[in-house]
This record gives sequence, C-alpha cells and structure tokens, in this order.
Amino acid sequence: MSTVKLTVNGRAVSVDVEDRTLLVHLLRENLNLTGTHVGCDTSQCGACVVHVDGRAVKSCTMLAGQAAGCNVTTIEGLAKGDELHPMQAAFRDNHGLQCGYCTPGMIMSAVDIVHRHGGKLDEETVRQELEGNICRCTGYHNIVKAVLDAAGRMKVAQAAE
Amino acid sequence: MGVEGIGASVVRKEDRRFITGKGRYVDDVKLVGMTYAHFIRSPHAHAKVKGIDSSAALKMPGVVAVLTGQQIVDDKVGNLICGWAITSKDGSPMKMGAWPAMAPETVRFVGQAVAVVIADTKNLAKDAAEAVVVDYEELPAVADVRSAIKPGAVQLHPEAPGNIIYDWHIGDEAATKDAFSKAANVVTLELTNNRLVPNAMEPRAAVADYDAAEEHYTLWTTSQNPHVARLVLSAFYNIAPEHKLRVIAPDVGGGFGSKIYIYPEEMVALWASKKVGRPVKWTGDRSEAFLTDAHGRDHISKAEMAFDKDNKILGLRVKTHANFGAYMSLFSSAVPTYLYATLLSGQYVIPAIYAEVVAVYTNTTPVDAYRGAGRPEASYLLERMMETAARQLKVDPAELRKTNFITQFPYQTPVIMAYDIGNFHASIDAAMKAIDYAGFPARKAKAKADGKLRGIGLSCYIEACGIAPSKAVGSLGAGVGLWESAEIRVNPVGTIEVLTGTHSHGQGHETAFAQIISERLGVPISQVSIVHGDTDKVQFGMGTYGSRSIAVGGAAIVKAMEKVEAKAKKIAAHALEASESDIVIENGEFKVTGTDKSIALPMVALAAYTAHNLPDGMEPGLKETAFYDPTNFTFPAGAYICELEVDPGTGKTSFVNFVAADDFGRLINPMIVEGQVHGGLAQGIGQALLEGVVYDGTGQLVTASFMDYSMPRADDLPSFKLSHTTTLCPGNPLGVKGCGEAGAIGASAAVINAITDAIGNNKLEMPATPDRVWHAIHG
Repeated sequence: MSTVKLTVNGRAVSVDVEDRTLLVHLLRENLNLTGTHVGCDTSQCGACVVHVDGRAVKSCTMLAGQAAGCNVTTIEGLAKGDELHPMQAAFRDNHGLQCGYCTPGMIMSAVDIVHRHGGKLDEETVRQELEGNICRCTGYHNIVKAVLDAAGRMKVAQAAE
Repeated sequence: MGVEGIGASVVRKEDRRFITGKGRYVDDVKLVGMTYAHFIRSPHAHAKVKGIDSSAALKMPGVVAVLTGQQIVDDKVGNLICGWAITSKDGSPMKMGAWPAMAPETVRFVGQAVAVVIADTKNLAKDAAEAVVVDYEELPAVADVRSAIKPGAVQLHPEAPGNIIYDWHIGDEAATKDAFSKAANVVTLELTNNRLVPNAMEPRAAVADYDAAEEHYTLWTTSQNPHVARLVLSAFYNIAPEHKLRVIAPDVGGGFGSKIYIYPEEMVALWASKKVGRPVKWTGDRSEAFLTDAHGRDHISKAEMAFDKDNKILGLRVKTHANFGAYMSLFSSAVPTYLYATLLSGQYVIPAIYAEVVAVYTNTTPVDAYRGAGRPEASYLLERMMETAARQLKVDPAELRKTNFITQFPYQTPVIMAYDIGNFHASIDAAMKAIDYAGFPARKAKAKADGKLRGIGLSCYIEACGIAPSKAVGSLGAGVGLWESAEIRVNPVGTIEVLTGTHSHGQGHETAFAQIISERLGVPISQVSIVHGDTDKVQFGMGTYGSRSIAVGGAAIVKAMEKVEAKAKKIAAHALEASESDIVIENGEFKVTGTDKSIALPMVALAAYTAHNLPDGMEPGLKETAFYDPTNFTFPAGAYICELEVDPGTGKTSFVNFVAADDFGRLINPMIVEGQVHGGLAQGIGQALLEGVVYDGTGQLVTASFMDYSMPRADDLPSFKLSHTTTLCPGNPLGVKGCGEAGAIGASAAVINAITDAIGNNKLEMPATPDRVWHAIHG
C-alpha cells in the first residue's frame, strides 16, 4: 500500500491504495467519481479519459502512483457549478450521445482536441483525433458535429475572457 | 404539434446526467459488505472437467468462497433455457443440449465458466482465481458449421445427433420448384453472413444482494428487459419466487440485443449472494464480453432466384446453415427462422419462396439476436441477390428493383408476413435523388482518370418490428407474449409519471415518451417523468428489443392516456357544470368548447385526489393502466445508397457518400430517430468493412479484444445524409413503425454492392478488408 497525494477536480486528496492500483480505479473506487468509465482492458476504448495536468490521458493506462502530485480533472469537474462546459452543452445540443457510457471519455478527449488544435478543426481532423475513443451507439456523426460546434463555442468563450 | 410534442426535435431530458458524469450504471452500485466475483473460465473449446482444487485459493487473504458448477447443480439451480420452440420439417422438436450456469462436467466453448471466486476485493478475487487448479481433459473441438455437420464430426451434445438442433423450412417447396421450371433466367449466389460481437460499450455487470430476514433478493443488472429477467430467474432457474426478487436495470450502456438474455453470471451472483451471506458484484471485463456475450449473425447461405423474360421475379429458393455456438441462447432459435426467413420477400413481389434453415452446434460462444436479428441476414442476402441479378441480366439495379416492388397494400408474402403499408418507390426515388444517381457514370469516369475505382451500391430493406400479436407468436413457438404495458399516474399537483415496461439504454425514451404526453395534454415535458427498469416500480413489461419500444410501448402509453383523459374530462365537466362531450384539452387546460370556461390540469388532478367533489360513484385518484397487444408487426422500410472509391493499389475503400431514405411512419423526435439511424448504419458498415469474428481450428477466439476485433472508429465512417418518406402505420394509434435497427439491416448490402460494382468482381465476403478487396481485384 502507498499513500498517493494528488489534486482531483480542484480538491487536494490523499488516498491509500495498493501499488498496482490504476488511476481509473482510484477515481472510481476510492473517490466514488464513477463518471469515468471502464469499457475495455486493452487501452483502446477511451471511456476512461480524464485530464492529467491539462492533457487527455486514458486513466486505465496510468498507475495511481504516477498521478502523485498531478492535477486531475474528471467529467465531474468540467462544468463550472451549474454552468456546463461548452463541450458538454454541444454534446447535448447535437445529440452526441445515446447510452452515455462512452460520453465522459469522449467529452474529455474532445476538450483536449480543441485545446490542441485551437480553431483550426475540420471534420477530418476531428475524426482522426477521435481514433482512441470508441462509441457503439452514435456512428460518430453527431459526436463530430458536437466537437466542431463546441470548438466554435470555446473560441467565443475564450475571446470573451 | 406543440413545442415539445410529437415531431419536435427537443434535446434529451436524460442527457444532463450523462454529460456531467452522473449516470448510474450497475458497476457504480456499491453496497455495504460487498464482495466481488471473478469467474474461472475454460481455456479449452471442448474438455471434460476432471476436478477443481481450490484448497490453495481458499487460504489466500480476503477469499470468501470458491463455488463450482457441481455445487450449483446440487443446489438445483435450473439450466439455462431457450424461449422459442422450433419444430423441424419432420415434425420433431428442436434438440437442445443442457446448459448449466457453470459447467460441472463438460465445457463446450472457450470462456465457459467452471467456478467462481468470491473475495473482499476484485483484485483479491483475481489473485485467488490464479491459484485454483482445474484439471481438464481436452477433447477435440469443432468451430465452424461446415466441419460440425460432416459425418464423424465431434458431437457436442448427446441430445443433438450430428450437431443439428433443427432442420426447419418455410414456404411452398412445390410451387417454388414449379416457378424455377418456368424461369427465363436463374441467378445463384452463395454467401456468408459474418459473425459479430455486439460490444455495447458498458460491459455486462451484476450486483446481487440477498436479505436473509426477508428471504428476498435484489439484482442490479445490465438488462434490456428486467421483468423478463425476473420471470426467467424465478420460473426456470429457481432463484426465488417473483415477489421475492427485485430486478433493477438502471442506466445501461447500450445493448444491441446482447443484454436481452439472462446469462450465467447473473444467476451465479444471485445464488452466491445467499451462499456467502453478503452482496456479490460481478463486472465483466472486455475480454469476458468477447468470450461470453451472445454473438450475432454467422450464416452460410445458398440462394437462387428465378426471373421471367421481363425480369419479374418468379421464385426464390434459400438454404441457410446457422451457427448457434455451443448452447442455445434465450431467443437463438427464433432468429434464423421467424426473424430471418419470414423477411425473405423483401420489398418484392415474389410469388413463390422456399427456405430451409439448419441450426448447428459448434464449440463457440452462443449466438443470439444482435441489432436486426435475422433481418440483416435476410436483407443482405436479398439485396446482394438483386444486385447480382441486375448485373447478370444487364439491367440497372434500381430499375430491376422498381420492376419488382410491391405496390399494393396490404400485401401477403408467401412467408407469413402481411405488410400493412409502404411506398418503396418513394424511398428509392428519394435516395437516388439525394446521391445524384443519374450523375454517377460521369463521376465514375472521372475517378477512373484519377486511378480510383468508383462504385455505387443500393440496398432496399424491409424489416418487421414490434413482434406481435402475442397469440400469433405463441402459435409459432414463442414462450412469452409480446405486448407492452403502461401506467400513467397524474399526481395531485398535476405532474405526470409514466411507468413503462420498455427499457431505455440509449434510445431516449425519457424524452420521446414524455413528448407523447406533452402532445396529448399540452404540458411541458419537464412536468413528465418516465419510470422504467425496476420491477418494484413498474408492473410487468417485456422490455426493449426488436425496435418495439415506440410501436408497442408507445401505443400502450396512448391507450393508458385515453383512459386518463376520459376520467379527467368527467371530473372537469362536473367541476365546470358542463357536458362531458363539450370538454376539450388544450395547453394543459380542460375547456368547455365555445365558452371561456376552463379548469387547469393540476386542479382536475387535485380534485381527483381530494375527492371532495367528484361525480357520483367515481373512484378517487387519477391513475390508469393499459396493456397493449398489437395486431401485426410494423414494417419500416427504406433505401440506402453507398458511393465509394477503391484504391486498386491497396484495396482500401473510401466513402464518397452514403444516403439513407427511411420510412418509419410518424416520427416522435426526428433528432433521436436520426441518431438511431446513424448508429445502425455504423454497425452495418462495420459488418461490411471491419468486423468479423475469427476462431481458429481448435475453437480459440482469435478476435478477443479491441486490438484484434476491428470496431468502427470515427475515421472509418462518413457523415450520413438522411431523409424520410412517410406512410403512417395503420396498426397502432401513433402511426409509428420503429427505427432502432434499420441502419444495421440495410447498410451492409449497400456497401458490398458498391465495392463489387467498383472492382467488377462479385466474389467478395464481409468484412471487405483491404486485403480481401485487393485479392478480389488482383486474384
């Protein structure tokens, strides 16, 4: 067992975990942040994507101990209180989700994609960048629409700040 | 239509919890004292279980129990059942081998459970499982249908000689033979419908909790039909009587058919929770999903179609072998029979049809309904046949289809189905216009100049949704009725709860069903809650599969609403001192027509519950129930056209355009409907280009992870162009047909027809990987 200290959704936490514990299990089992999902066991599906120090990471590929000292944001920490993040709002408004299981990872990846590409996203880039997130419900059509929509909203929001 | 009524693309009520990480799935459930189950699964496709030594595991930290297949047999937990009886052409019943929840003696597919470890944590259970020693005596295995039916093949079950479950037929053999004898042309086709893994993104899971004081079980499970699960667990598996078993299917992360069935793991979790006296959680990992979720499709077919000199179809003859895997899953028997062969008339006038279906055991994962279930197999066969025929007869494939379309309704096919309504010309015309079919030759020529092979492929599907009526399916062997129930509770303050026996696992029922109420009463959907997925809350219902929820469940809601409205009008009329026949409902108010007198819904509801001033003899309250049994299936239909390019150097396929023109009858929420079509198309295209289960000769599943089984990713798919044509379904009060499976049913043939058109070689099987396409081009 080790004690891992990290910041999750802006809150400093200290958690005792087995050394083999993955970050996703620390979040789900120790912190009860069950919005981060597990959809596979080979780091393919992306349902577990969170932000570690601002970058999208598959939390099933990272040991909890590797996140020590890091700043982790999960889907639960994305909105500002009742105000949805533009990506969350765009997923809802464009019907970019159905069963909701891949959605948290999809949204966290998508936010990172927009951050990395700024306003230069096009459909082809979004589709390539979403390679690491599998959705079985939507056929990606509306997810792609949502990401492009959110990219515009985030640009506007950034300009306003 | 109101702002939030029928036909409005309102955003989904359920989305907020999913986009903020507040969805509640089975694996999110935590109970005090919970233990964790890890199954020990056979690494062999066929073996005798000679012994299980769990002594070392039982000494490990945190281990609560190691339970075996023999113990579950000793405790008289029932074997898994198949719920649809099929009779072979010789009159004999289907031949079903026994399937215990954990194998006491013989394992018949890789991944079949033989024992389970229960421990304080998931990791401790996994650690202990490593220490359990299972002594297997390996047996020869047979992993494909052709090998399984050969004389002298390994026999899986003593009950099924020759590994044959049934040899069934439908249609008129003599009339079909006669039709072929008069044919000017006969077109033949052999094809495989590749085996698929459903792969809902949420793996299956179960949390079971036994309350010894009440002798009562609660099961949280990833189910599309919690009431059916309770019925089967109670009546057939002897877990507990129904009133002592609560089944909850909370948020469920996709199903696609794979979560219809009651699997061994749920049974074992319930049984084990009593044995160990603590709650038991099992969450499957993706590898277990590949090995144990019921697979889909897996047909090998030979088909012949007879045409007269005017290219009119005279007859169709089909022989199909269906791979059932090692055991008969819950609805497996119905899939290649009443959900497949009954759709072999497609959109066409085919005077004579004869189809034979042989169901075969192999040492592979059981096969059952997967999105479309039999109908994709029928549609793929027919639509490849039409394309093949058009090429052989040297006519345009669209013209050949139009020459043979059914245009008079109702239309009785030679294979049971009676189509109530449709307009197939409207769909194909809409699709051809959307893709500029007429301009294709010029585009093909231009692509050729650029070194690319361009092709166009059509697929005109019809499907049958909302399997019904109950009396008819019962006469065909179904073990259940296929009606649906609804209960509507108008609360004393006028808010409304709708309890439905259907289950939403992505389909958006919480929004679409609320829109039906909004349409009737003029109340906003925020005033309406849809309750589903809990046998303690909702009366018996049949669940969600076969695109039945709106056509059957939605109709049940309308029937219950009619009763609510009738009573509410009586109360309103009494309060307003008016005649009941003069009361109309508008914008949430009950008005006396032609006057300015009205009373709002909350006041009517309050009057119903205070009961201070009700009409003489009226019972208090405003709550009504309806059970709706349809009179027929519904028949969604449409036309899909795919245009793509093949790179002759690599065999790689690139989409140029994919258009879909569907007729689903009335649309409740077009945004949700289109989302359903997108998802279905992705699964159909996935089958055509990417997905395919591979077993090696010994029955090992080679494609057992997302690294080996190619799931469609965002950059594998195009954006889709959708349109709708409309004929209202006459069989239900909403005029709806169902839209959940259409895309998966129609898409694969359009893709393969386009590739074979591009490369000029019709010998191509799914998935049409670059390797296969390259070889089809270059030999």
